[in-house]
Amino acid sequence: MIEVDHLTKRYGAITAVDDISFEVGKGEIVGFLGPNGAGKTTTMRVLTCFLPATEGTARIGGYDIFESPLEVKRRIGYLPELPPLYRDMRVHTYLKFIAKIKGVAPSEAEQRIDAVIAQCGLVDRVHQLIGQLSKGYRQRVGLAQAILHDPEVIIMDEPTSGLDPNQIIEVRQLIRELAHERTVILSTHILPEVEMTCNRVIIIHEGKIVAVDTPENLTADMRGTARFFVRVSGDVDVAAEAIARIEGVGSVVRSGHGLRVHWPADANLSTEVSARVVALGMGLVEMREEAMSLEETFHALTTQEES
Amino acid sequence: MGHVMAIFGKEMRSYFGSPIAYVMAGVFLLFSGFVFRNQVLEFRDMSVYLQLAERAEKIQLNVNTDVVEPFFEFQTFIWMIVIPMLTMRLYAEEKRGGTYELLMTSPITSGQILMGKFLACYALYLLIEGMAFGYIGVLAAHAQLDWGPVFSGALGVVLIGATFISVGILASSLTENQIIAAVLSFFLLILLWIIDWAARFAGDLFFVILKFLSLLEHTRDMIRGVVDTHDVVFFVSAAAFFLFLTHTVLESRRWRT
Repeated sequence: MIEVDHLTKRYGAITAVDDISFEVGKGEIVGFLGPNGAGKTTTMRVLTCFLPATEGTARIGGYDIFESPLEVKRRIGYLPELPPLYRDMRVHTYLKFIAKIKGVAPSEAEQRIDAVIAQCGLVDRVHQLIGQLSKGYRQRVGLAQAILHDPEVIIMDEPTSGLDPNQIIEVRQLIRELAHERTVILSTHILPEVEMTCNRVIIIHEGKIVAVDTPENLTADMRGTARFFVRVSGDVDVAAEAIARIEGVGSVVRSGHGLRVHWPADANLSTEVSARVVALGMGLVEMREEAMSLEETFHALTTQEES
Repeated sequence: MGHVMAIFGKEMRSYFGSPIAYVMAGVFLLFSGFVFRNQVLEFRDMSVYLQLAERAEKIQLNVNTDVVEPFFEFQTFIWMIVIPMLTMRLYAEEKRGGTYELLMTSPITSGQILMGKFLACYALYLLIEGMAFGYIGVLAAHAQLDWGPVFSGALGVVLIGATFISVGILASSLTENQIIAAVLSFFLLILLWIIDWAARFAGDLFFVILKFLSLLEHTRDMIRGVVDTHDVVFFVSAAAFFLFLTHTVLESRRWRT
């Protein structure tokens, strides 16, 4: 559905996107993950024909973004980071305008508008001015705008940024519903979002792709090590020293009032650790396993150059 | 065409859904009404004076040259101030609000967007101008007007509006700041207005060129009742030229660099 072929975008001397290539199949939800300034937005803007690529190209549904931008635009629904809304319009008027510029047939327009209004949970906000809507509702209007012409591809730039936790859950739910039979690319720097919504993750750092995989595989890479959080009553440093002397323990790091202890996943040293702490005459206040999240994978992948 | 009308409708809704259209129409009609009234009163005083002095047959008083002409001339002057305020938001506001990205990623060409915006602003211009034309109707009820020069003057005002608006749109397409857009169009319009002033001090070749570029020079004849095709062509091509420049500015962002 989407083929990106050696895409490069330079702004003067700054290379925002550096020779990236990837493919996204029909029905996939792909997450673009990367720190701010990694080139996510630029890639999306190139794919939506808003910006020209400096080198390379991309095809969407078989149409080249540079040679047939109108065909590409017909197939794409795009939600920029800041929802593109006219604050002085009412929700319904706005969607009517969108239907016209997106080329929805006039005979189908009303039906499509009603459908997206229902889908995005805007039924009781239809006649309200967009400028008076809360941020969460504006985001929904933005989503409604992106799917109104029933595009094959939906591109969303940080769809949950700036929303409160409940709204984030709602928007994610909405994205998953939308994804049926559509190809979705969304960008984010919030990792759990990718774990929850995407089939595949593309990690971008400084304009380059550093990893492409499923969220499960990416976290599994890190699963070779088990990590435990240990809190003791007594001198933390003494406990740390004792635990570090246990055979097999990888590293012991002080973390707040407790310790982070790493060992190989197959070693199961928890009994040994608790026994050692008790032997020191201290109480074991807390000991729990911490899951290695995508967050750490991400951190590891995007900081390896510096370290 | 459907796309042009979509943009046209959106811009019209925006003009009339906010105070812009009403305030601008009010300001324009108030100013031009003020000028009109003063011209009429001055004309009345002059005719009373000439009648008393019994010199009416020597100095010809003419409603057309003494009321209608200055009225039209002053109108174009007010438009120079009002039009930048009508055009400044057209692109600058979209860029600032992020909706420019929406338009540019929709299956609609930048030419269609430009046309829709231009036509909306021009329609508003013609509407306000049509209302101001009502003053002439009031005059016609009380005086014998020569309609020929009135219509040629009106045609001049209609044509110069297209040029003014296209200059304003160009300024708006260059920035995302509405104030800068307005100031830039003031500057361009005033420059084009008085450029023939510099002609007197320029060499032979520049004299012709500067004289030709001046908007004032081309309106003057029309308001006096002379419709010359070369003036009509000048205004139409000036409007087309500035719209073309705007289109180029908008498209240049999509060039490969």
